Amino acid sequence: MIRDFLAHLDTLLLWGFAACAFVSASLMLVLRQPMRVALALVSCMVFLGGVYGLLGVHFIAAFQVLIYVGAVMVFMVYAIMLLDPRDESATAKYSKLLWPGIIGFALLAEALAVGYWNDLPHAPRGALGEPFDIARFSTAFLTEYWLHFELTSVLLLVAVVAALAVIQENRRHERG
Amino acid sequence: MDKVQMLQVLAASLFALGLTGVIIRRNVLVMLMCMELMLNGVNLSLVTFAHTMGSAVGAVLVFLIFVVATAEIAIAIPIVLLLVRRKRSLDIESYTDLKG
Repeated sequence: MIRDFLAHLDTLLLWGFAACAFVSASLMLVLRQPMRVALALVSCMVFLGGVYGLLGVHFIAAFQVLIYVGAVMVFMVYAIMLLDPRDESATAKYSKLLWPGIIGFALLAEALAVGYWNDLPHAPRGALGEPFDIARFSTAFLTEYWLHFELTSVLLLVAVVAALAVIQENRRHERG
Repeated sequence: MDKVQMLQVLAASLFALGLTGVIIRRNVLVMLMCMELMLNGVNLSLVTFAHTMGSAVGAVLVFLIFVVATAEIAIAIPIVLLLVRRKRSLDIESYTDLKG
């Protein structure tokens, strides 16, 4: 029995991680304080990292934790800390679009789930469960997709320039 | 229900939850976080398909999405900080300057 359990352990863990990710994503909609929402999002991202690890794409799991949790969310928590946490919108009710939003959520989720359920393309036999390793990924990244790589670096440069422009605009506004 | 179907349904529901959060929440920072949740749903879908098809294209796209998400946050947070400094509020309904 224990051998059976161990044989199915990765499937159980996958379902557990997926359920936890879904629960923490749902919590993001109902929690009031921005800091708690941020913690729910961090846990959702960590559980998704676990899902990626169980799928065998370990480098994406590592980057999920390093980039998303380590950089993006730390930045977000820093912004929450910098702004006043007792802002009235932190405790106010939902926006006026609450019911349209909920109805839209139900329709979108149903359409996507039914679409996936019926029309999911079948995997080629034998392809499932053969994770690609980082060597193959890196070779493809820097030979086939070098243009996308360069375009991404241009995008980062544009982001840096835009952040500087935002700061400049603020200084001009304060002076004038 | 097999693994791939379950993960795709999870990705779809994460995307839908994020979109709902952007619509129904009033706090700007919470809306930004819900956008990150939408990106995470798309990432999960891409990784699952890349894993199923055994191709590296999905993983390359996931990396590009990582970079775009980071750049988005790096621009969005200063804009939110400036908005809060001018309006003294994080409430999305107080930013009505563009209303006709």
